[in-house]
Amino acid sequence: MILFLMAAIQAGTPLLLATLGEIITERTGNLNLGVEGMMLIGAVFGFLVGHSTEMPFLAIAAGAASGAVAAGIYAFVTVTLRANQVVTGLALTIFGTGVSGFIGKYLMGFVLSEGFIDQFEPIAIPLLSKIPLIGPVLFNQNYFVYLAYLLAIASWFYIERTRFGLNLRMVGENPAAADASGINVSLYKYVHIMIGGALCGLGGAYLSLVYVPAWQENLTAGRGWIAIALVIFSQWNTLYALFGSYLFGMLGILGFRLQQFNIPYAQYIFSAMPYVITITVLIITSMQKGKGSNEPEGLSVPYFREDRH
Amino acid sequence: MKYAVEMNDISKRFGDVQALEDVHLDVLVGEIHAILGENGAGKSTLMNVLAGIYTPDAGSVKIYEQQAVLRTPKQAIAKGIGMIHQHFKLVNALTAAENIVAGFDSGVWFNAQKVEAKIEALSKQYGLDIAPSKRIRDMSVAEKQRVEILKVLYRGAKILILDEPTAVLTPQETEHLFAILRTMKREGHSMIIITHKLSEVRAISDRVTIMRKGQYIQTEITSEQDEQTLTNAMVGREVDLSLSCVPATGTELLLKVDALTVLDDLGTKRLKSVSFDLLKGEILGVAGVAGSGQRELCEAIAGLLPIVQGDVVYEGESLLGLSPRAIINKGISLSFVPEDRLGMGLVSTMDITNNVLLKEYHRQKGFFITRKNSRVLAEYLVDKLNIDTPSISHPVRLLSGGNIQKVLLGREIENNPHLIITAYPSRGLDIGSSHLVYDLLNAQKEKGIGILFIGEDLDVLMGLADRILVMCEGKVTGVLTRDAFDKQKIGYLMSGGNAHGGSDV
Repeated sequence: MILFLMAAIQAGTPLLLATLGEIITERTGNLNLGVEGMMLIGAVFGFLVGHSTEMPFLAIAAGAASGAVAAGIYAFVTVTLRANQVVTGLALTIFGTGVSGFIGKYLMGFVLSEGFIDQFEPIAIPLLSKIPLIGPVLFNQNYFVYLAYLLAIASWFYIERTRFGLNLRMVGENPAAADASGINVSLYKYVHIMIGGALCGLGGAYLSLVYVPAWQENLTAGRGWIAIALVIFSQWNTLYALFGSYLFGMLGILGFRLQQFNIPYAQYIFSAMPYVITITVLIITSMQKGKGSNEPEGLSVPYFREDRH
Repeated sequence: MKYAVEMNDISKRFGDVQALEDVHLDVLVGEIHAILGENGAGKSTLMNVLAGIYTPDAGSVKIYEQQAVLRTPKQAIAKGIGMIHQHFKLVNALTAAENIVAGFDSGVWFNAQKVEAKIEALSKQYGLDIAPSKRIRDMSVAEKQRVEILKVLYRGAKILILDEPTAVLTPQETEHLFAILRTMKREGHSMIIITHKLSEVRAISDRVTIMRKGQYIQTEITSEQDEQTLTNAMVGREVDLSLSCVPATGTELLLKVDALTVLDDLGTKRLKSVSFDLLKGEILGVAGVAGSGQRELCEAIAGLLPIVQGDVVYEGESLLGLSPRAIINKGISLSFVPEDRLGMGLVSTMDITNNVLLKEYHRQKGFFITRKNSRVLAEYLVDKLNIDTPSISHPVRLLSGGNIQKVLLGREIENNPHLIITAYPSRGLDIGSSHLVYDLLNAQKEKGIGILFIGEDLDVLMGLADRILVMCEGKVTGVLTRDAFDKQKIGYLMSGGNAHGGSDV
């Protein structure tokens, strides 16, 4: 049981990283559907650097940086050129799939060295890991997982409690109001879209460096889309994203575990669950529209100061 | 006397439209300066230049007699310029305090309590009553406006620009606002107020600058001018300001609305047991603060909103359960001009011909539609209503607001309805065009057509309507006949007071 829950946390970690990235992106009012693409780019560059340098830190940094660069392309097209965000995001996913497939061709079948993988061995946190049940599940993990916890909590404080976060929310809700208040709307969008991309790239790098750890074609297997669903599920709140990601991570591996019991179709039903849950959440929140939904009001609306209304 | 603002030779062009051409403006320290002009005169554009939102193509700006570069709102704020926009620039999901400080204060952490205390103190100083921790979405329009004013004062603005601040207020709230403006004037602030209402220019301003079609006309001391001269300067020709109302003669009942109750999407009651009669050949005016249920009333009669309770009887027949098209075919026309003018009635990316066709194509037979009739009608409308457009195949979106409205109203009236429901038909129109619209409506009235006229300008309603129905929060608070029209009383009813002496229906 404990092993199963530990595995659920590990499966949820790439989802969490990508979801955090997409929440930060969407809080600027930009809908980036390129999560899958950015994760793949992060995964392939992370793996490439990890394999050739054998340095985990560099590999992680490469994953994040390549995700940020990919998001930077998206930001240029949607913020500066004000192109349609949905189309641009989808194009980014296709682009990322292509790039990762192309580079990945040369990485196929490579595995990371023992020494490299050992660096991601679980580290038990003193005291905390001694708590019954929760301890071993949550606090006996590799440092990537701890990083994800920290990022989720830190981004909540950043968005909800700091002035930068307040400005960010204003940009996402009503860019015209933010602009009139003296906030640099484009700068805020660029910075946070790129931070979001870095987190997505990090999620991809986790997959190729720690979770699998090897390169295979289309490594992310739709996790980017689940992350987009998770953003809605967690109502643009990074703390809810923490729970949502692990829940979805658990559902993802549940199917595999149930194979041994020979329950027919169980695997397919469980891999469909995240989407079923997301649709349910969408239905519930849209029924109470205007009351409960935290969706940024300016989401997916391009902003140009001199637009005439 | 020192100047707070001097703008010289400002020009600004949007695509093919010269919005401003060599415009001048000077504002003294501690002055309330009105900018008067019709829609499309460039008042808002000029102020957006001053607030750093639009970058002018040419011209220079001096603030407190110092050359100033205003390329972004931030630079303008730093020079002490704050603008209260006509469409409030506030975030609904945030509290008043968050809206006020966003983008301004430095430091990393946002301490709500400290900020709210500071805002509280500022609001007391100027009599701007607000609750800092309340969310914008829960606020009334007047409250939102006070938040906007506090927002610019918090940033240390000494020069305040108010773009059509009274458009959304009741007469009492307008008085309150003017009192606040006078307080700020005593504190040494300079204020620029954009308006097209002459009575307000005279009530509040020290001097007035008149603009017309993107050009500077003249600046005058307000107290030395009368309304007629100001109007003539604004319009550029002699204008007859009087509104004519030929008393209604008909006694035949056209429309009876009985205890009408309507819910919105969220299940809140937007109309609460509304009842009234409309006679043939009568203009029934509807007065009320924006959002008092006027829109829902229009939509319920036109069949766009489901009716929860009550009945709408038109020429002896109930309209309950009929589709919008069946209602249109009975001769009921709805022309609702929303605040953004395009939200209802017209498809903005289509041209005039196609927009005319929208109300006509379903009467055509055969598989293919023919545009011939619509084209003829479109040409006729352009000619008759002086619609300013390069051609009838020009997308409606690219026309100015007033011209868009002419298309909408012209189309509705040419459909020969028996009942016209019209909301804000002159919203944003210049005086000349407004009077054209009023004349059109009066002509329809004389033909025996019943008109439900939902208006925002009380002077117009009082001049045009046979009776005025006052609404507040979805309820009818009173119905006044023409001999009992009184601005104070209507204002009182608009804010929810009970009718005394008004004839109830």
